[in-house]
Amino acid sequence: MSDAGVLETLLRRIEAADGGVDSLETASVLGVDHQVLVGAVKSLLALEDLISAELRSSKHWELSGEGTEIAEQGSHEARVFSSVPPEGLPQTELMKLSFGKIGFSKAMSNKWIKVDKTHEGGPRIFRSVENIEDQVRDKLLLVQKGNTSQLEEKEKNELKKRKLLSEVTVKSYWITKGSCFSTTITKPETELTPEMIANGSWKEKKFKPYNFEALGVAPDCGHLHPLMKVRTQFRQIFLEMGFTEMPTNNFIESSFWNFDSLFQPQQHPARDAHDTFFISDPALAHEFPLEYLERVKKIHSEGGYGSQGYKYDWKIEEAQKNILRTHTTAVSARMLYKLAQQEKFTPVKYFSIDRVFRNETLDATHLAEFHQIEGVVADRGLTLGDLMGILHQFFTKLGITKLRFKPAYNPYTEPSMEVFSYHEGLKKWVEVGNSGVFRPEMLLPMGLPEDVTVIAWGLSLERPTMIKYGINNIRELVGHKVNLQMVYDGPICRLES
Amino acid sequence: MPTVGVKRDLLFKALGKTYTDVEFDELCFEYGLELDEITSEKEIISREQGDSKASGASDVILYKIDVPANRYDLLCLEGLVRGLQVFKNKLEAPRYRRVSPLSGEPQKLIITEETAAVRPHAVAAVLRNITFTQESYDSFIELQEKLHQNICRKRSLVAIGTHDLDTVSGPFTYTAKPPAEISFKPLNQTKEYTATQLMSLYKTDSHLRHYLHIIEDKPLYPVIYDSNGIVLSMPPIINGDHSKITLKTKNVFVECTATDLTKAKIVLDMMVTMFSEYCSQPFTVEEAEVVYPDGQTCIYPELAYRKEKLSSDFVNRKVGINESTETIARLLTKMCLRSEVTGVGDEIEVEIPPTRSDVIHACDIMEDAAMAYGFNNIPYTTPRTYTVANQFPLNKLTELLRQDLAAAGFTEALNFALCSTEDISDKLGKKISETRAVHIANPKTAEFQVARTTLLPGLLKTLAANRKMPLPLKLFEISDVVLKDDTKDVGARNSRRFCAVYYNKSPGFEVIHGLLDRTMQLLEVKSERGDGYHIQAAEDSTFFPGRCAEIFVGGKSVGRLGVLHPDVITRFELTMPCSAVEMDIEPFLGHPAETTLTHDVPLHEVIKHHFPSQVPNSPPTSTKTVFGDVSSAAGLKVLDDFLADKSYMEGFEATQADSTMFDAIPSAPSSTFPHLLRWYNHVKSFLRERANLPSAKSQFVLEEDDDDIDLFGSDDEEDSAEVEKLKEQRLAEYAAKKSKKPALIAKSSILLDVKPWDDETDMAKMEECVRSVKMEGLLWGQSKMVPVGYGIKKLQIGCVVEDEKVGTDLLEEAITAFEEYVQSVDVAAFNKV
Repeated sequence: MSDAGVLETLLRRIEAADGGVDSLETASVLGVDHQVLVGAVKSLLALEDLISAELRSSKHWELSGEGTEIAEQGSHEARVFSSVPPEGLPQTELMKLSFGKIGFSKAMSNKWIKVDKTHEGGPRIFRSVENIEDQVRDKLLLVQKGNTSQLEEKEKNELKKRKLLSEVTVKSYWITKGSCFSTTITKPETELTPEMIANGSWKEKKFKPYNFEALGVAPDCGHLHPLMKVRTQFRQIFLEMGFTEMPTNNFIESSFWNFDSLFQPQQHPARDAHDTFFISDPALAHEFPLEYLERVKKIHSEGGYGSQGYKYDWKIEEAQKNILRTHTTAVSARMLYKLAQQEKFTPVKYFSIDRVFRNETLDATHLAEFHQIEGVVADRGLTLGDLMGILHQFFTKLGITKLRFKPAYNPYTEPSMEVFSYHEGLKKWVEVGNSGVFRPEMLLPMGLPEDVTVIAWGLSLERPTMIKYGINNIRELVGHKVNLQMVYDGPICRLES
Repeated sequence: MPTVGVKRDLLFKALGKTYTDVEFDELCFEYGLELDEITSEKEIISREQGDSKASGASDVILYKIDVPANRYDLLCLEGLVRGLQVFKNKLEAPRYRRVSPLSGEPQKLIITEETAAVRPHAVAAVLRNITFTQESYDSFIELQEKLHQNICRKRSLVAIGTHDLDTVSGPFTYTAKPPAEISFKPLNQTKEYTATQLMSLYKTDSHLRHYLHIIEDKPLYPVIYDSNGIVLSMPPIINGDHSKITLKTKNVFVECTATDLTKAKIVLDMMVTMFSEYCSQPFTVEEAEVVYPDGQTCIYPELAYRKEKLSSDFVNRKVGINESTETIARLLTKMCLRSEVTGVGDEIEVEIPPTRSDVIHACDIMEDAAMAYGFNNIPYTTPRTYTVANQFPLNKLTELLRQDLAAAGFTEALNFALCSTEDISDKLGKKISETRAVHIANPKTAEFQVARTTLLPGLLKTLAANRKMPLPLKLFEISDVVLKDDTKDVGARNSRRFCAVYYNKSPGFEVIHGLLDRTMQLLEVKSERGDGYHIQAAEDSTFFPGRCAEIFVGGKSVGRLGVLHPDVITRFELTMPCSAVEMDIEPFLGHPAETTLTHDVPLHEVIKHHFPSQVPNSPPTSTKTVFGDVSSAAGLKVLDDFLADKSYMEGFEATQADSTMFDAIPSAPSSTFPHLLRWYNHVKSFLRERANLPSAKSQFVLEEDDDDIDLFGSDDEEDSAEVEKLKEQRLAEYAAKKSKKPALIAKSSILLDVKPWDDETDMAKMEECVRSVKMEGLLWGQSKMVPVGYGIKKLQIGCVVEDEKVGTDLLEEAITAFEEYVQSVDVAAFNKV
């Protein structure tokens, strides 16, 4: 009978039946293997509410192959007994018999036979009792006849252990009509197809319900790096505020532009080999605006422009040393110098976000290189209040509205302010950036007009990114040890939220 | 930022007020200080050395306060209290006075000329009739240490010595002597040492060894004697034990020796202003006379009060407030800058005390006024600065490109600009000399030896660190590399690169090639020779032979792509094939309409310095070239042939290679060499700017004594020899490794799917049966139940087998023997271990 045939016959039987049908019974009636019928039941069950099936199971004991043999021919031990003639049998002969080995030990333990080891011609077996009762066979015959209940549980288990009996579980289904019972089968469709749309068959069809609990298939796509996503947002903020981007694509800088032009004295600890990467090749910068260099030398060693200066022996050799820039302010210095060379001063707003390098001891939050965000405004008559106002606007765009300023020290800004914001999570004020007004000792030697004030601020790109994306170890964010899964899973960057 | 530790209760007693931690933190914040930590000696020891060591240590509360690096007057309890008390209007700033000794001459410190070569400056002063307590004594010692660490730059610029004046007698002599001739009992030692012995003694001293280098290699060491030849100190290392100060010391002689006189004066002023408070005449300091080798004398300490005049308008204008002249004068006075309104307009006369060496310009005074006003009381304002924003064109291009490369299915990586020499050379199969790399002089680790010259190693390392991620891995980076470039003022420049890698079971050259095509499409460059782009086979030791191509745009090479060399893949600890593309993106910038900014310094003021330059400018006199001797017709003929299809010696622009070759040719070639003549005349036109030409990649002209170098042939030979050598070395290493290991037993790890008959089968029992299979060389591993449907589960069980002893069919047979449970056994996975 074909599978479909079985399904149909089964459905018809269910329809005809009063109450329900039993799968075992049906199988035997239909003359098919029970497993085939079970298969039919399962495929009908997959159709919503067509039928319902209750699993029933019953256990009964059956003889194993060996058990059947014993029931027919007697137990091994009994067969051993009966093969031993009164005059005895050499042990070797007995062992040649198919049941010899197994039956021998059992017959021995039943004390039905004995062995004369000293017998000439090798050990010889003799009967030790007249008659025996083959209980094993008797028990098995009972089972075979279906009178299992007469055996004790212990006896059954004993026989099971000897693999003569086995307990067989027979499962069957009690099949009844479902709420949507019908004798015709319509399989639900899994998906809408172009054909269905074309011939309108979708109107008649049933569709298999979707599992909305499961996840969808991940799209095959590339990803932007989280730190770069944050950088994009910071660029956006600066551009929204009318700031022009500075060309910071020069990692190698001379000490002159990185330190001296910023009025950072040559003995300053930041200029130590412990803090700064010096370059061995090309070790020295070889081109400077010479007049400006002279003015820088003078302001350091003698003072001027209303300043006392640092009063030390300023050396060009120190200024010439090439380094990996320690801050992007070196570029700001170049830009401001360039601005000062214009015939007429025009106000500017500059920004940059780029790499800087520090030869520092590394830990979970410090790397030898990081990205510095810097903003600079140069105009006539800017005030400290203006700096605070711009910082307020800038940080508001980052979602930070509560600011506080702490006086600080920086060799090239005066006043200098550390910017703190109130962290709702930590319930305390945390430093979010540094800011200040560039010193006249830095600006005036460049040739900027005296009434021009330059305000600036800076922060690192990594810190807000680590906070934003909940990253504790900076190495998981920057560098080759990045966790790509984190990059794949990263959300879009909205700083203000 | 220096940190000062003070005892909290002592501080509050001196301030005359008890604060809560929060209140004191607020006060610090306002004053530009930071209450960094609240701790105790016990806590510090316990943290650093463990609880057992801390028992018995003091648990007096300590405040660790961060002080701005230029405020040396706040580096001790005395100064902090004075500053804060004046700030809170509880105290008027004291006036420090220099006085003559009541009787007799001032103490004299005579400097001899021998000091000139080692430590030429010295200043001195006397604290007369001082009374120390344990606390003030500790503070006195601590301040010296703080000054030494900060303004004194670890004693290199200035070193302080303090002495019990009553144990020595002036005049004192500051001289310099050969170390063997200096002998004295140093502080806290029991016997005399010569200076030479001291230097080796202190080699192991955790504190003093950091200062030895300052004088160690000098022929003469500085030393101060009293009139009886007693050694006061051997600056900047150690004082003599004889004159050490104690709690009982009444009169202190303070000397500062220095290489920087300005700083020595500041340091002396700090020492005496801070502690003259404890003299019988508070805030007076007894002068000392310093006699210079030329006979000149100076009186110290200077304790100079400097007067500056500024207008209140200046302060209001700079800060953004509107306060009266009187208010501003009062604000400044709060900051220890005694100020008076002069009455001339809005003029204020500000007196800068000797303690405020940080005030060097009117802007410093303005800042103090702002601090006294309270930074957080200043109203926020918005400047009216009108500007139009511009993006840096290169960054704009980068930003746009990044978005579309991610859209092309590649993931952005972000790698360090610094790396090891090996990363950019050996590991890529290149020589470091070929790289134009910028080298770092003082790297702390091998990770920072050079600035990267290519983005490829970073991406390969990112792949290696993420090997466990599902394949394929597709990464890209657009970032800067750094190359030496003589035309730049610093001798180096950044170059913006685009690099991408594809890592999978097959090399996927077509994927990388496709990405290049897509990139060119994005950059509006057509695939065509001439103005468009094309790729052309190239040789590159980083890539697998025959699998590398050079990318040309408008006839100029911009980069390369290809399948990486297996050696490169292995060196980066990768196991799969990998293809890569790397190219310059600056050539695609075009000419943006926006004003381009440049950090190049305007040229009208630039004057070239004649510093030793990297490239020798003198033309080589040799006529020997790789083409033969160009003074001979034969050599010229070869060169003529070489130039037949070239405009320049190398590349597509004039370089130093052209310039040197030009010099090598003795005279203008005849017209029998038409190509050579054309080139010669062309290069001649560059003569004036030849110094600015880009440097040469290859050496065409040979030096006289170098004629055996075959520059064209040698590279390959050397390379292959090197490769051969490397291979041999590897083989040897492998053999060595092998010989050390016990004979390997071939093993396999097998994952079996064991299916039961139905959902009623006792799975635990089945597993038990499976595990009961025992064979020699079979080890069962972990298992799990995997649902297969209809409530039926299958048993998935792992095992490790020795290939020679256990076969899968043997195993299957053994398991299917449990036929009452097992329906079938399949090998789900089979891996050689």
